[in-house]
Order: sequence, then C-alpha cells, then structure tokens
Amino acid sequence: MKAKPYSLRIDRNRCKGCELCVSVCPRQVLDLSEEINPLGYHFARVTNPSHCIGCMNCSDMCPDAAIEIQKRLIRHA
Amino acid sequence: MSATRIRPKKKGRILYRRPLSLVDRATHFCPGCGHGTTHKLIAEVLDTLKIREKTIGVAPVGCAVMAYYYLNCDISEAAHGRTPAVATGIKRCLPDRIVFSYQGDGDLAAIGMAETIHAANRGENITVIFVNNSVYGMTGGQMAPTTLNGQKTATSPCGRDSRSMGTPIRICELLNTLDSPWHIERVALNSPAGIRKARKALLVAFKGQMEGKGYSLIEILSPCPVHMRLSPRDAVRFITEGMIPAFPLGVFRKEGKPVA
Repeated sequence: MKAKPYSLRIDRNRCKGCELCVSVCPRQVLDLSEEINPLGYHFARVTNPSHCIGCMNCSDMCPDAAIEIQKRLIRHA
Repeated sequence: MSATRIRPKKKGRILYRRPLSLVDRATHFCPGCGHGTTHKLIAEVLDTLKIREKTIGVAPVGCAVMAYYYLNCDISEAAHGRTPAVATGIKRCLPDRIVFSYQGDGDLAAIGMAETIHAANRGENITVIFVNNSVYGMTGGQMAPTTLNGQKTATSPCGRDSRSMGTPIRICELLNTLDSPWHIERVALNSPAGIRKARKALLVAFKGQMEGKGYSLIEILSPCPVHMRLSPRDAVRFITEGMIPAFPLGVFRKEGKPVA
C-alpha cells in the first residue's frame, strides 16, 4: 500500500464549488463532486489523496478557508 | 458572535488550518470572491502577530460591509468612504491599538478619495487594505473608477470609453507622489504565489504599524467573478491578463522612500 503522508480535509458544508483549488493543484488530487451540499453547490472532494505533495496551493487559494492540510507522522518499521 | 472553532491537538503537523481570527461561519460572498481570500489573509496575519485582542478594524460600505461577521476582532462601521477618517479618530484616541481600514474600490477610489488622500498625507499610523476588483460589486456591477478601458459593466455596456469616462485610477501611484506614506504595495490574488505575496505585504504593513512607522496601503487586485461575467477560474485569469498590465504589481514605497 502506498504511503499517504498528507491528509487533506475539505469542509464540504462550507465549500462553494468555485473550483479554484482544483485549478491550482499540480497533481490532480481534487475534483468537484456530483453531489450537492446544503449551500447548493457541487463541493470539492479529494479523489487521489495519495498524490498530494503538501504544496498548500489549494488551501492558500480557497476563498472560504475550507481546506485543512496535515502532515502525518509515519513510523518506519 | 459565534465561538471560534478550537480543535483538539491531533497527531502530525498541521500545515494549514482555518485561522482562529476568522469566525466559524460561512461567508455571504459569491463563489470565487476575493473578499473571502482577503479576510482569510488578514485573519492569518492577526494570528501570526498575536494582535487579535488589540486590533480594531473599520469596515466600509460595499460587499465587505459585513466584515464584523467574519473577523473575530473589534470592527467599527463607517459612512461610505469615510473609513480612513474613522480609523484616524480611533488611532488617535487609542494609540496602542492596531487599526486597519478595509475598503473596496468604490469606497476608497470614488466617494472616499478625499479622505484617503488626506489620511495618507497626514501620515496616520494606520493600515489601509484596498480591495480592487474593478467594478462595484454590491450594487450590481456598475462602472468603478478602477474599471479597465473597454471593460463592460452594467453602466458601460459598450465598454469603458476613455474619451468620455476617463481611464482607471492607479491609487498606489497617486499616493506615492505624497511625502508621508510609509509603505505602499500592490499585490494580486491571481495565483497561490500571488496570495503568499499578499500575506507577506499585509505582514509588513501590520508590523510597521506596531512599530509606529506610519501610513501603509496594500492594494489587492481581487476577482469578482459574477460582475466580471466570468467563471471563478476565468476571473483569476482576467486578473493576470487584463488587470495586471493596467495595474502593475510591486512595492511602490518602502521604509518611507519611493522605490525607483
């Protein structure tokens, strides 16, 4: 199994589906969902979490501060 | 005011999370609006410098009128365009507080031009954050003083004609002719790199105010996708291709001296 050093969480109730995070991601980690959130927008979701390189482009670009990025502690056996 | 979200500590290092100075509630801004990004950057700077408890903001009339809903610091509301005057009063009464005014282009460059110029000329120790999106956003996308030549708006349906409507006003260049301002910089929210530069510029301005250096103005070129009649992605592209050639980015005044 591939290691996933970065965990990316998107607050789907706050996302307004502006797609700016999708447009700036260099690794195509994000995508717009086909579902609709309570605000009535197609929210962004994480489709390829293992591709994330933690560049923080999406969290900087997000106008609604809905993205949280965390670097995981990985213990090597 | 709703409570700020405080999450328990988790394992691992948090690279980015919602700043504490931003109230935990959804904004009323349209999708892709630069006001949300600017609010977020201000909140991050207040967190970084740990000055949230002693900061007083002054909100304008315009889309950002409800800044008091979203920023978790003290906010006063001013009459249309009179934000620098109110900020001056607050700063002179309470010199130990950090005072910033948050204005759009209709507020700062149109009705509030006189207050803006005189506050800068007096060298008041305040920070002015100028969000320039080249249209009047709140009232329905009318032409602003900063609308680009040829740009279509609700009141210039054939595009702005410079012969009868003038050309866009460049506030940074205009204020740079004065002697008193301490820091003047123009940044753009067109890319992650631009946003990082904007954060740095705000940090410089707030730090300068804490040290009592004087007047600082940060102009932020910001997208207004609805009234630019573009998708959020294309609005960001419009900043890069349309607005930056008309409003060149950079530091215009540093440490009180014009940058050649």
